[in-house]
Amino acid sequence: MSEASPLPATLPPAAPEDVSPRTLLVRRMLRHKGFLIGLVLMAALGVLAALAPLIAGHNPFDQDLVHRLMPPAWSAGGNASHLFGTDHLGRDYLARLLYGARISLAIGLGAASVGCLIGVTLGVCAGFFGGRVDQAVSYLLTCQLALPGLLLAMALVFLIGPSLAVVILVIGCLHWSYYVVVTRAATLQLKRLDFIAAAEAIGETRMQVIVHELMPNLLNPILVIYTLEIGVAVLAEAALSFLGVGVQPPTPSWGLMIAEGKDSMFFRPWLVVLPGVALFLLVMAANLLGDGLRDVSAPESRN
Amino acid sequence: MLRYALRRAMLALAVGFTVSLATFFLLNFATDPAQALAGEDATPEVVAQIREQYGFDKPLPVQYARWLGGLARGDFGESYHWRSPVGALIASHAPVTIRLALMAIAITIVVAIPLGAIAALRPDSFIDRMALGVAVGAQAIPGFWLALVLIIVFAVKFPIFPVSGDSTWRHFVLPAIVLGAGSVPAVMRLTRSGLLEVLASDYIRTARAKGFRGLRLLTRHAMRNAMVPVVSVLAVQLGAKLGGSVIVESVFALNGLGRLALQSILGGDVPTVQMLVFVFAMTFVVLTFLADLLGAWLDPRVRLG
Repeated sequence: MSEASPLPATLPPAAPEDVSPRTLLVRRMLRHKGFLIGLVLMAALGVLAALAPLIAGHNPFDQDLVHRLMPPAWSAGGNASHLFGTDHLGRDYLARLLYGARISLAIGLGAASVGCLIGVTLGVCAGFFGGRVDQAVSYLLTCQLALPGLLLAMALVFLIGPSLAVVILVIGCLHWSYYVVVTRAATLQLKRLDFIAAAEAIGETRMQVIVHELMPNLLNPILVIYTLEIGVAVLAEAALSFLGVGVQPPTPSWGLMIAEGKDSMFFRPWLVVLPGVALFLLVMAANLLGDGLRDVSAPESRN
Repeated sequence: MLRYALRRAMLALAVGFTVSLATFFLLNFATDPAQALAGEDATPEVVAQIREQYGFDKPLPVQYARWLGGLARGDFGESYHWRSPVGALIASHAPVTIRLALMAIAITIVVAIPLGAIAALRPDSFIDRMALGVAVGAQAIPGFWLALVLIIVFAVKFPIFPVSGDSTWRHFVLPAIVLGAGSVPAVMRLTRSGLLEVLASDYIRTARAKGFRGLRLLTRHAMRNAMVPVVSVLAVQLGAKLGGSVIVESVFALNGLGRLALQSILGGDVPTVQMLVFVFAMTFVVLTFLADLLGAWLDPRVRLG
């Protein structure tokens, strides 16, 4: 920003090839290191979760009390039949980690979708209709931000009855504020543009304008928030399960595995370290992917 | 300034009322407090008796009116699980959490603001890139996991700080680090971007032209304006610390509000949980209100709108 460049007196020389915006986008993606790392990590975790029954080699629920708390294969006393060792009930740790990825991804995608539905609806209505609607939504947002999300989620999940569906719904219903903020601002900007006025002029109804004109243009920012919210939801679920008020045993949830491994962590740190690393990788992938998407889809808003 | 403050206070009051309404109906409608209190395997007769005894059989609006009336008289209700007044429970557990939250926010400030400032002064330098990288990584670390790793490291390898209990200030160091670390990325990024924007502005160029340089330019001119958004985020983060205390206090066995909340939830004590949610929300509302005032004082453009 230090030196304002004067406007060029003549048009810049035409690019040697005519590049479509899509090609440009792909080029920016390939040049963005964070985005690529996030994409590869997320894809790898997704494949591992999808192919869990094929890779695991063990049933994550099968107890084997003779072979309890076996160390991973690379440390003394471990062997290749249980690559990552076994837990306090003799269940194969690798299998539980792989199936845990399914739980985390299901909750991340599910809760982010629930929040997306609520937040985008509110945000688009606030931006599009303005006035009273806008005031009401921003008041709702202020109230939502004041609520202690984690505490309320814990109480609701546990008192309603902890199950996967309840965890997804509660986390989703408590995480919609970013969608509102972003879609409202984007809608306000778009609303002033000529193509919206044109659509109204040819007689499109408000609903048609929102669905056909507004939504396609909101897709990018929504996708960015959606990706970031997957990480937020995964962390929230892990915290709930760790505290014993989320997903219940014997479901293989990473947060729950850390809680179960806590008692013997001084002598068997891998019980806590492995699911922690898994959580870190998944959340990191979501954050890198989300940040990267924002950079490549709107390169001007990087700082 | 007074008009601005009054408007903000009215809003805070309205939000507090709405939040109490939402909390009450969410917790009492979605759940069955009598059943939760009686336990899973209580007979229907016992549940019915509890329902009648504690007034859970009255219509919800009546229950809410009674609850709000009690609140207005300073009566926070009775905890059935702990068999003591909720007000006394909260008063006895609050000091630990307040101490923890203040230490945590101090750690956040000491780490995040200088780091953000250095990153902004030398954009794209090695330090800047490293700070951003650490911020991205730190956001992906679950707080409870960091707590356990710190316990393993400090309890076994370097027994400097105790890892459980709350009797001395040294007991608070590790929990405060975990809690404070959670806010570092957000505050650091905001300091960096705010300062970058301010440093590019005309009045800083003028100050530079007049010969202000280095630390003096930063503290006397740039920081004041860059800090306006940071102050409000710090207030939000301090409010969030209370929520985060649930995790940290249970891992490090600190007997504060967070632990009280978890045990009340596990004990099915809806009245205590409800009051804790309300107290946390009100703390947040008051903190953001104060931050708004501070922001208006720092930046006249806000209050003159």
